Amino acid sequence: MTTKYSYFPGCSLKGIGRAYEESLLPVLRALDVELEELEDWNCCGATAYMAIDEVKACVLASRNLAMAEKLGHKELVAPCSACYLVLNKTKHYLQDSPAVRGVIEKALAEVNMTYSGNTPVRHPLDVMIHSIGLDAIKQRVKRPLTGLKVAPYYGCQIVRPYSTFDDQYNPTTMDRLLEAIGCTIVHFPLKTRCCGASLTGTLPEPGLLCARDILAEAITRGADLIATVCPLCQFNLDGYHDKIAKKWGPHRIPTVYFTQLMGLAFGLGERELGLHRGFVPMQPLPAPVPVGVGV
Amino acid sequence: MKIERTIKYEADRVKGFGDEVSSVPGCEKLQACIQCGTCSGVCPLSIYMDYSPRQVMAMVRSDFKNEVLTSHTVWLCASCYQCTVDCPREIRITDIMYELKQRALQEGIYPKKFSIPVLAKEFYKMVYRYGRVSENLLAMTMFLKSSPLEALKMWRLGLGLILRGRFPLTLEKIKRRDELGRMMKVVDQVKINKLHDELKQARQHVAARSQA
Repeated sequence: MTTKYSYFPGCSLKGIGRAYEESLLPVLRALDVELEELEDWNCCGATAYMAIDEVKACVLASRNLAMAEKLGHKELVAPCSACYLVLNKTKHYLQDSPAVRGVIEKALAEVNMTYSGNTPVRHPLDVMIHSIGLDAIKQRVKRPLTGLKVAPYYGCQIVRPYSTFDDQYNPTTMDRLLEAIGCTIVHFPLKTRCCGASLTGTLPEPGLLCARDILAEAITRGADLIATVCPLCQFNLDGYHDKIAKKWGPHRIPTVYFTQLMGLAFGLGERELGLHRGFVPMQPLPAPVPVGVGV
Repeated sequence: MKIERTIKYEADRVKGFGDEVSSVPGCEKLQACIQCGTCSGVCPLSIYMDYSPRQVMAMVRSDFKNEVLTSHTVWLCASCYQCTVDCPREIRITDIMYELKQRALQEGIYPKKFSIPVLAKEFYKMVYRYGRVSENLLAMTMFLKSSPLEALKMWRLGLGLILRGRFPLTLEKIKRRDELGRMMKVVDQVKINKLHDELKQARQHVAARSQA
């Protein structure tokens, strides 16, 4: 039986983070989960909007929440960490601050919308571990990624400031998920450290140093690649290798979405999963399974 | 070399600034800061800041408005929320940084030609106009408005993105753009009303005093 969720892709998943959507949708489909994209969704506001006007940022996000509630599915899935946080933060403001709630309700009423605050906002990682379950995921594996050493990188906004579904200091949901599809997880203390966010573009020196530290740590720990859950983390760790090499020497290691690894384990094709969109290509899988299995 | 006074004077303070900031939803706990420095220690960017997050907390609380709003610190905050989670007094430092960014922009006293506030403003404009962000166009606008030379250095990255199909050339926009505009106007109106109320109160106060 297919389970349906509302889906808020966010701007990045239509642009620099296309491969995330390309891999997320077929992987969930293989697990009997359908995502229905919100019609006419708008930008979540991200961190930049909060810097201009926090209330406006919440109003912006609330339009999406209202549309999700109207769509009628029980929950809303937001794969980008920034969207995930902003939508959840808006829910918190609605609950905690009557003043902010008043303004949001007024703004929604202006365009004949309402939001009662009931639709939970969830990250795909959370859905996979806590709603679909590791057993169902294991059953779909056609080609275990045995021997692939992965550094699980969660980034910041999925666990901070709210710990919604995982530990804030040592999250393990992605570790367990990737282990279930055959990967070996390396010990990775920088799991939740900042990737540099938009600073990589605005102020190269501090921004790129953040990204470099994560790459260097993954290499030191002997990882073959870094797995991530956020389009901005993926971009920062993947797109700036030239500049990083110029400043601190080469730090080449691929960074892929956890959904791309799941897709590979499910037997989906590399192109189909958007793996050709990375700057540092992923090496061929270490232990190919004999032919005759898979799609 | 620019020689500047390194000690702050009492007269530099803008009385009431700290109270004003702590009255904003999310910033209430600022007064509880014990100056332990955990925020500065865990911040991945504090090594680049002119004032550490701990110093910023102390300065806001002590009304050093101009020093805080012109500092690089607030703009270097990447919103990773590490300080907020680790603060033993549960001060939402990241939210305070947001509040300071907003005030710096409103008062126009942020460091000029600094690309981060330019990015925030262009982001805001793009969302206001189209409802969505076309990332690459946004990045280009930001570079052109802050440092066109830097934009040239990005050609490789841009080309790489185009080749990998990650650089859509179409402008992303929503259908019902008027809705967003109307919603934002409601927020503006609420703020205007609030300012009117404050002005009225101030006038009444002055009138009452002059009568007395």
